[in-house]
Amino acid sequence: MLRYALKRALSLAISLIVASVVIFLVIEVAPGDPASFMLGVNARPDTVAALRSELGLDVSKFERYINWITGMARGDFGTSYAYRSPVRDMIAERMWVSLPLAFYALTLSTLIAFPAGIYAASRRGGAGDTAVMAATQLGVAIPNFWFAMISVLIFAINLRWFSAGGFPGWDKGLWTGMKALTLPAVALALPQAAILARVMRSSLLDMLGEDFIRTARAKGLTRRQTLWRHALRNALIPVLTIIGLQFSFLLAGAIIIEQVFFLPGLGRLVFQSISARDLIVVESVVMLLVFAVITVNFIVDLAYAAVDPRLRART
Amino acid sequence: MRFTPILAALALSASAAAAQDAITVAIQLEPPNLDPTAGAAGAIDSVLYSNVYEGLTRFASDGSIIPGLAREWEISEDGLTYTFHLHEGVTFHDGSAMDAEDVKFSLDRARAEDSTNAQKGLFAPIESVEVVDPLTVKVTLSAPTGNFLFNMAWGDAVIVAPESADNLANMPVGTGAFKFDNWVQGDRIELSRNPEYWGEPAKLARATFKFIADPTAAFAAVMAEDVDAFVGFPAPENLPQFEADPRFQVLVGNTEGETILAMNNKLPPFDNVKVREAVAHAIDRQAIIDGAMFGVGTPIGTHFAPHNPAYVDLTDLSQFDPELSKKLLAEAGFADGFETTLKLPPPSYARRGGEIIASQLRAVGIDAKIENQEWAQWLENTFKGKDFGLTIVSHTEPMDIGIYANPDYYFQYGKPEFVALMDKLNATTDPEARTALLQDAQRMIAEDYVNAYLFELAIPTIAKTDLKGLWLDQPTQAVDLTGVSWGQ
Repeated sequence: MLRYALKRALSLAISLIVASVVIFLVIEVAPGDPASFMLGVNARPDTVAALRSELGLDVSKFERYINWITGMARGDFGTSYAYRSPVRDMIAERMWVSLPLAFYALTLSTLIAFPAGIYAASRRGGAGDTAVMAATQLGVAIPNFWFAMISVLIFAINLRWFSAGGFPGWDKGLWTGMKALTLPAVALALPQAAILARVMRSSLLDMLGEDFIRTARAKGLTRRQTLWRHALRNALIPVLTIIGLQFSFLLAGAIIIEQVFFLPGLGRLVFQSISARDLIVVESVVMLLVFAVITVNFIVDLAYAAVDPRLRART
Repeated sequence: MRFTPILAALALSASAAAAQDAITVAIQLEPPNLDPTAGAAGAIDSVLYSNVYEGLTRFASDGSIIPGLAREWEISEDGLTYTFHLHEGVTFHDGSAMDAEDVKFSLDRARAEDSTNAQKGLFAPIESVEVVDPLTVKVTLSAPTGNFLFNMAWGDAVIVAPESADNLANMPVGTGAFKFDNWVQGDRIELSRNPEYWGEPAKLARATFKFIADPTAAFAAVMAEDVDAFVGFPAPENLPQFEADPRFQVLVGNTEGETILAMNNKLPPFDNVKVREAVAHAIDRQAIIDGAMFGVGTPIGTHFAPHNPAYVDLTDLSQFDPELSKKLLAEAGFADGFETTLKLPPPSYARRGGEIIASQLRAVGIDAKIENQEWAQWLENTFKGKDFGLTIVSHTEPMDIGIYANPDYYFQYGKPEFVALMDKLNATTDPEARTALLQDAQRMIAEDYVNAYLFELAIPTIAKTDLKGLWLDQPTQAVDLTGVSWGQ
């Protein structure tokens, strides 16, 4: 087990280094100098040069890469060119919107998907199953920003139950914060719930066809009892994998929803930073997300191996 | 049913009481930082100009120059020495006194070798700044500069204190009627009334700026009344809907943004004035204003703001006339037309306008290949690298006709006669003589067809009906809230 863990850790480290080089090169290669962008069309060359040296842009690309990566390793993400404040603080502040939003959406999608999936599986072929499947088909097909715009139209403009967007901050109270995140979370959750419900249903149906279910039924359990006691538990494994994937998508992929609801989240920070050529912010956020995804995979690998000894033997 | 009027009255009075001394204003772009003396981003001035920071002089809403921190001034006969008399009892928001030393510090900082002031050129004529006494500053120029007082009104020339200057990007400290409270990055900036203000105090106790970039989100925020005003509303197609809604007023003001189809004057075939004239005549301005800007915008015939008293209407020189355009092209040796590039930065005036212009040019035989660029890319390749045939951009700096005197500026004009004209203008302080010279300058560039002049960029503002005192025109990019109040 230890050897396996070390091997996975080595591959984690190599993935991170390769990712950092790719991120740095791709972002630095795009044209546009941050200093001249910030100073605009009337700036004099000597002013641009002064700003470049102030921002640490006048050293070689290699040196900048080393500075960036060693700083990151120490937890120092550098200083944003445009905002002139520490990137770490900026990311931390945005996390307070993005993480709760992702959790909120994930909770909603799970709360919708589980009952829907279980219901559909237990009524296989019936009218209820058909209705759930049709609804999820629609949910998968309709993009989340369309849900977002329609919900703004109904709940913010016509009914005035929610504001059209923005985030007042957690210091205004938990309820106020949750309320501001509700429409975005629903918009994010609906398509995810549709996917999850379908996975839940088919995974359950797979399980219901297994031998051990037949054995359980032969023991005298009702259909309902076998579903809840035996099938559901085993069906959860693929569902949990999907939930894990959805979480990283919700964290990194909420850019459009954050734009529609003008939320100060991570996605909007990346968006603003890209258009402002605030390279160091873009690099750091992307690197952080890569780090999160790779680390989650690493943990999942270890967890699988702990559960299933066959995985260890194979490597 | 009987309760309804009472409920409605209650609701009205509640919202009126709550709204009385606070305002939420939305603008499209968030300022990257809060230091107008170290960055070109217009959004910095939008939030802070005149609200938080003040200069020696300032722009009034009609574009005229009025006293700011300087109560009055004297100009020497030779136009080289400006003596500014400062207001008494002015303090910065951190409580320290604003005096002549701060003025000297601010001006010296802006023109220093390591200065990162985006408009360092404004300070180039300054030779020395001298403190005469705590309320008097003498500024000596190396050459007469007719628009020096105008230059000192820019957001880049505000007066700051040495104690706070290094931290302005995150903690703005100025002398204005509002002081900075809080910035939730990505969402809003909060200001509150400065109780120690030296001049007329602000009528609003609190002001919040929100940043909403997406046009659909902007529409929703105004309709849901999340914001009280949206300055620079990004979806002109929705204006009629707001005009019809009694809750809102729509103000369409002029900006200093001359929107032009710039031509690379050194790149063949645009080095031939006949070709440039042909391009100018190929363009139907009204079609562009209607098609790209939903009818909002004033046609211009030269590089000058139409609301300025010195403006001359020269649109006749470049009337829409495709036949004349083809004739001119034939005379220049391009009877079969030619191919060129049309580089478009992100704003809708450029992207939407570019499509229309490309089709108008195609009608006279010019094949302009459209290439969309992000701002950073446009600055690098088109503006600095001069790698373009045609490009569309709005020049939003006030009174910037002087850019035509710079032969290295991206459209590369810099005719010696024009340079001489600008030198003469700089040496002239008499207002009437300056007007005459400015008009000569407008004519010269229009007759040389340096660029094709399209329209003056308009700025639509949508506000609640009972909001008073918002700027209509934008002589500089600013949302000046010092005179704004709620009324009937």
